[in-house]
Amino acid sequence: MSAEAAVKLVTETPPEEIERVKDWINTEEYKEKNFAREALVVNPAHACQPLGAQMVATAFEGTLPFVHGSQGCASYFRSTFSRHFREPAAATCDAMTEDGAVFGGQNNLFEGLENAYALYKPKMLAVYTTCMPEVIGDDLTAYIKNARLQGHVPEDLPIPYANTPSFNGTHIHGYDAMLKSILETLTAGEKIEGKCTGKLNLIPGFDGNTANIREYKRIFELFGIPYTVLADISEVFDSPCDGHYRLYPGGTKLEDAAESINGKATLALQKYSTANTMKWIEEEYSGEKVAMPMPFGIKKTDEFLMKLAELFGKPVPEELKAERGRAVDAMTDAHQYLHGKKFAVAGDPDYLFGIVSFLLEMGAIPYHVLCSRTTKKFEKEMKALLATSPFGATGTVYINKDLWHLRSLLMTDPVDGIIGDTHAKWAARDAGIPLFRIGFPIIDRVNLHRSPVIGYQGAVNMLTMIANKFLDMKDETCENQWFEMMR
Amino acid sequence: MYQGDDKNERAPIPGITKERTEKLITETLAEMPEKAQKKRAPHLGANEPTASCCAVKSNRKVVPGVMSQRGCAYAGAKGVVWGPIRDMVHVSHGPIGCGVYSWGTRRNLMQGIPGVTSFPMDFTSDFQEKDIVYGGDKKLEKLLHEANELFPLAKGFSVLSECPVGLIGDDINAVAKKMEADLGKLVVPCNCEGFRGVSQSLGHHISNDSIRDHIIGKFEFAEPVGPYDVALIGDYNIGGDVWAAKPILEEIGLNVKSVWTGDGEVEKIGATHQVKLNLIHCYRSMNYMCKVMEEKWGIPWLEYNFFGPTKIAESLRAIAARFDETIQEKAEAVIAKYQPIMQAVLEEYKPRLDGKTAMLFVGGLRPRHTIGAYEDLGIQITGAGYEFAHQDDYDRTSPEMAKGTLIYDDVSEFELEKFVEELKPDLVGSGIKEKYVFQKAGIPFRQMHSWDYSGPYHGYEGFKIFARDIDMAINSPTWKLVKSPF
Repeated sequence: MSAEAAVKLVTETPPEEIERVKDWINTEEYKEKNFAREALVVNPAHACQPLGAQMVATAFEGTLPFVHGSQGCASYFRSTFSRHFREPAAATCDAMTEDGAVFGGQNNLFEGLENAYALYKPKMLAVYTTCMPEVIGDDLTAYIKNARLQGHVPEDLPIPYANTPSFNGTHIHGYDAMLKSILETLTAGEKIEGKCTGKLNLIPGFDGNTANIREYKRIFELFGIPYTVLADISEVFDSPCDGHYRLYPGGTKLEDAAESINGKATLALQKYSTANTMKWIEEEYSGEKVAMPMPFGIKKTDEFLMKLAELFGKPVPEELKAERGRAVDAMTDAHQYLHGKKFAVAGDPDYLFGIVSFLLEMGAIPYHVLCSRTTKKFEKEMKALLATSPFGATGTVYINKDLWHLRSLLMTDPVDGIIGDTHAKWAARDAGIPLFRIGFPIIDRVNLHRSPVIGYQGAVNMLTMIANKFLDMKDETCENQWFEMMR
Repeated sequence: MYQGDDKNERAPIPGITKERTEKLITETLAEMPEKAQKKRAPHLGANEPTASCCAVKSNRKVVPGVMSQRGCAYAGAKGVVWGPIRDMVHVSHGPIGCGVYSWGTRRNLMQGIPGVTSFPMDFTSDFQEKDIVYGGDKKLEKLLHEANELFPLAKGFSVLSECPVGLIGDDINAVAKKMEADLGKLVVPCNCEGFRGVSQSLGHHISNDSIRDHIIGKFEFAEPVGPYDVALIGDYNIGGDVWAAKPILEEIGLNVKSVWTGDGEVEKIGATHQVKLNLIHCYRSMNYMCKVMEEKWGIPWLEYNFFGPTKIAESLRAIAARFDETIQEKAEAVIAKYQPIMQAVLEEYKPRLDGKTAMLFVGGLRPRHTIGAYEDLGIQITGAGYEFAHQDDYDRTSPEMAKGTLIYDDVSEFELEKFVEELKPDLVGSGIKEKYVFQKAGIPFRQMHSWDYSGPYHGYEGFKIFARDIDMAINSPTWKLVKSPF
């Protein structure tokens, strides 16, 4: 067949065909085909490992995140954080290209480390990888050792590094890998038998909410518990605008991280995003080690506070008791606006546990619970959580399903709202239901990372956001005769 | 070929001299390791508007470690060229990240019903370890079958390779060829792995080549070819730019048969070889295909500039000059019609902006193309540079800038901070990664890749919004709060 013979006319899809498909994608039949997908992922709710690694790297004092691999990745991570937090997100990279693919990235790393150190004067360089060096098998251990030997960076500059291949796990696993490496590096040789700093090590996990971190700190201060947050994004991604740009606006102090190995207790609040770190800490750190769910809602916050009281032998402060009472007051006052409302929830495993427990407490129904990349273990544990309440009886857990699967669920088995990150807005719009933005990233609303969702205060914040939105919708959409003064 | 520049040299900007600029460059470079200094020095320079070519070097590798703002070939392919084509499914082939980060973050708006006739979504093969080990070709084949079944009205598929694909020896070209036959629809492979080349720019070029090899010439318009048929090339409909630009061309009597690629339709793109003239806005990302169409089908092309009333009028006259008197008269009528409207915009905003300065750092076009719009508002440009421009872009930039202004190619965060600190512009126009660095320092900023969640900025309608946005950025009372009284 000649090239000319293959020419086709530009076509317009007939309107009736568009109508047919538009309706068809909302059907049970479509849902079945959609769920039969094996190769194609559409609208996932997870990102890749190095993104999480960058969040941790950024969260240490004077630390420059350093991407070993393709430059585009570094730009994508920086952009993602800047869009979410509306803050600078410094990170550099060694810009491997074709010759790096052939010869390996050692020369890029040497030059990159040398320039990054000279220009940005970091106290620590945290190195993590993109797919490219992972596929070609770069040996970071040897490269970094060689970089020191050849004088590209000072002998004593800490350079933790983590392998964070994007074809394995998600951003939460990169978070875990980088955190473990940083702690291994900083605590090396710091353990002193019998020494106890008396401090709590708090590991918040991958959390795009700076106010959550501030809330943890406020709680510790009310208790009078000395603490170190590993790793602390609160000042880094919520820095003041006062006429000075600071490349390193905060983060966990390196000496605090170093002595964390002699802490009184280590508490991880996201066991899925800190699993390997905690496994290592379990063996290496002094003091007690606890992994527990994020303190979403009343009961999980109660457990968190009681654990703090137990670990440090201090009573729960009166102020927090009163705060609990006020939060419960808010929840009982507003229960009618959430009771029986059905929700779809999508996000990272640890956040999902938190959101689901809060919904169950309110008498709301977590109906479609979806994690787009996780394990059977998660599925089992989530089912167990749902089984703790009659409001969880109708909930279904979907693992390794994406937001296009979720759309099918919403169209065939509707709910009243979605809780998730910005990416769920397309599904929410198609289903004609509100999206409550809790998670990461939130790139279409302002300041939500400045409002905590954990603790008693976080419960009030979530409740306020959700209940008032439903009330707004009622006021905006009801017919005249149903419009009234009070709600 | 290029006719958009005015030939009058800019008046010098008070305080900006070649000596000061060169001193600033020298001082900045002095803080770098010797090797980095040597590599970076050719990319920085003081402008010489009358020189035959711009002095700075470009399109070289990023210097490792300096914190460049550049992206990769995949970003140039997916984000820039392919993503805006609304009726195709664009598959990010490889691990999960690239597709997620580039999902909806360029603001190339599109008409259609999402998931039915348009696909502003993230399609990916979400590579796992086993795909790296055993290869992803089979998965790709299966994926395309699934996509075709679930999205039956898609007019075709693009397969955009991420880094691992090219490293593990997959052959997406063979899969695409087989699947095109199987599905009876376009399946276009694009080998745009992120490690290729030095910036997004190679991704544009590779994508242009894919369009050349797989799309152009494969379709013809159902209606007869007319004398006023044109194509709009290199407008990506950021914040609705195409919707502000296309009506102007139609108002002067032209038929815009296809748009590359903002709100684009692939079959119309494939029939573009039938038009009489290609009008190109973003020269950097699309000049390749203009040249191909010129060589193969004899279609002339013309660069134009739809930022700000001065450049719009110049461009409309240049475009109309390629046609007959009917078009020329209509062009004059359109310019006259909008003159008082634009005058009203200037009267509102110029008094608050006159005499201000701005520094720009964007992709491959906008620093030079927006200068006229700033100047319409009375704002002078003291520094400009590009993430991924080439020599021909800088040659087009020099005459648009005053003597001694600062030119910076692939500027690092370190350099740009120093430059802004010294030149103290009233506004910086650049990208998301730069935005908050300068806003923390109390310097007004507008994102000039994404129009900072606003737009359109093209055409007459766009200028109204541009003027409002620039005024809003510079004159927001919030900047007065930055310094605390205690």
